[in-house]
Amino acid sequence: MYELLKDLRVPGPIPTAITRPFWTGVQENRFQLQFCNCCEKWVFYPRALCPHCWSDRLSWREASGIGRIKTFTVVHKPGHPAWTPMAPYALALIELKEGPTMLSLLVGVDPDQVMVGMPVKLHMTRVGELILPCFEPDRVPTGESHE
Amino acid sequence: MMNAFAKAAIVGVGELKPTRTTNGATTLGMIAEVVKRAVEDAGLEKDAIDGLLVGPQVGETPQHVPATVAEYLGLQPKMSNVVDLGGASGAGMVWRAAAAIAAGMCEAVVCVLANTREAEAPRSPNRNPIREFDVPFGASGANIPYAMLMQRHMAEFGSTPRQFAQIAAWARHNAQHNPDAIFYGKPATVDDVLASPFVTSPLHLFEIVMPVAGGEAVVVTSAQRARTLRHRPVHLLGAGEKITHRALSQAPSLTTGPLKPSMMQAFSQAGVKADDMHLLSLYDCYTVMTAITLEDAGLCRPGQFGRWVEEHSLGFDGDRPLNTHGGQLGFGQPDLAGGMTHIVEAVRQLRHTAGARQIANANLALVTGNGATMSEATALILGGA
Repeated sequence: MYELLKDLRVPGPIPTAITRPFWTGVQENRFQLQFCNCCEKWVFYPRALCPHCWSDRLSWREASGIGRIKTFTVVHKPGHPAWTPMAPYALALIELKEGPTMLSLLVGVDPDQVMVGMPVKLHMTRVGELILPCFEPDRVPTGESHE
Repeated sequence: MMNAFAKAAIVGVGELKPTRTTNGATTLGMIAEVVKRAVEDAGLEKDAIDGLLVGPQVGETPQHVPATVAEYLGLQPKMSNVVDLGGASGAGMVWRAAAAIAAGMCEAVVCVLANTREAEAPRSPNRNPIREFDVPFGASGANIPYAMLMQRHMAEFGSTPRQFAQIAAWARHNAQHNPDAIFYGKPATVDDVLASPFVTSPLHLFEIVMPVAGGEAVVVTSAQRARTLRHRPVHLLGAGEKITHRALSQAPSLTTGPLKPSMMQAFSQAGVKADDMHLLSLYDCYTVMTAITLEDAGLCRPGQFGRWVEEHSLGFDGDRPLNTHGGQLGFGQPDLAGGMTHIVEAVRQLRHTAGARQIANANLALVTGNGATMSEATALILGGA
């Protein structure tokens, strides 16, 4: 799956001035989220104002990369044709340990084995020219290299 | 008839027969055609229209949409707006029209949505949070978040693929009584639905709307003028609206949505409850959306739509008629106008002009609109005279 992903030519993110630190961090293997210095809640996706308290005192903090699957789907017919070589692949909504939920691609797992509630951890993955913050099942406490 | 909305009534409807593709048609041209039909149906002259509500014209006229439409149709409205609520746009227009009438700004408002569907549509890159944080992971389009809603419902409540499939089978059943439906002459059983291929599991192909070209329009006027026109007026008895998020990752809940407070507000204004409805005209882009709407309406307990669907007959001649025109699953979804098909059908049923699929003595209907992924919600209670 990783070899296939490396060869994909898919639409990448179109960062803005506000979101660029997230994507730059990811390319450098760092997973940072916004943290509101006012209400002390974590924020994803990155914004100009905290959606909880409207403060603009948002800073970037390293996040754990640990979460749990809230729900998922196995995509057989992708909405964008560039993803067709990967189908079927699993996408999930991941509730991060810090609170916010993000959508991501699940790697290192048979799509048929995915379950709601499954613990997952970050796995930075090369997709075409880019690194994307993907997730894999968090079964083993120690981290072996995946490459 | 105590609230301000009840001073307004829908008196005209127009509809274009859905087609799979259009060849060179323009959205503006289709809007004009369907508006003409609605105004003629109302028995009004063109110059009587003094309010105009339209949808966003994706890929065609990004700015000044109402002025462009007014110019094209030779209208000079006293109020016009774009209503951009996805599938809730149609229902959102109806109460806005009624509010404009109640405020004394307008006397007759036309609400319209239409779209073309070229075989080779261009894909345009744009910039928004979904484009940035969903699409790069391979999550393009609406199928994926709705499949995620369905998966969550199954995991949390133990609902089954067969229970969801029944909703699609009923939609096809009702479509067999509507010659304009895209699936007219093409019934599908529960087993057919389950045998259709996975698009994005657990969603099967037959649980997803068929995209079509088409258009819908309604004319809203004052209850006073409505009495002088040719059709039995259909009054707006209550309305509710709520918008909560855009991307599913940001949704406050995956098993209940903003339609719940919208419907409660509409029921409360109208002084009715869900069980009083003769017609449920519920936005059904996917089977799971209908399932959650049945639960959010209070027709059954949270998570229990499956048993409710099994216990009731949802045909036009059944005990709980649901989407008698076939719904978007059976009639087809003409883009944003898909949500307006539910309004047009409710008007027909309450006028008692629904022909072969007429519900006996229909006098109260719940209409829902739903935009994005359970994000934008509008509910209307419509009543016969």
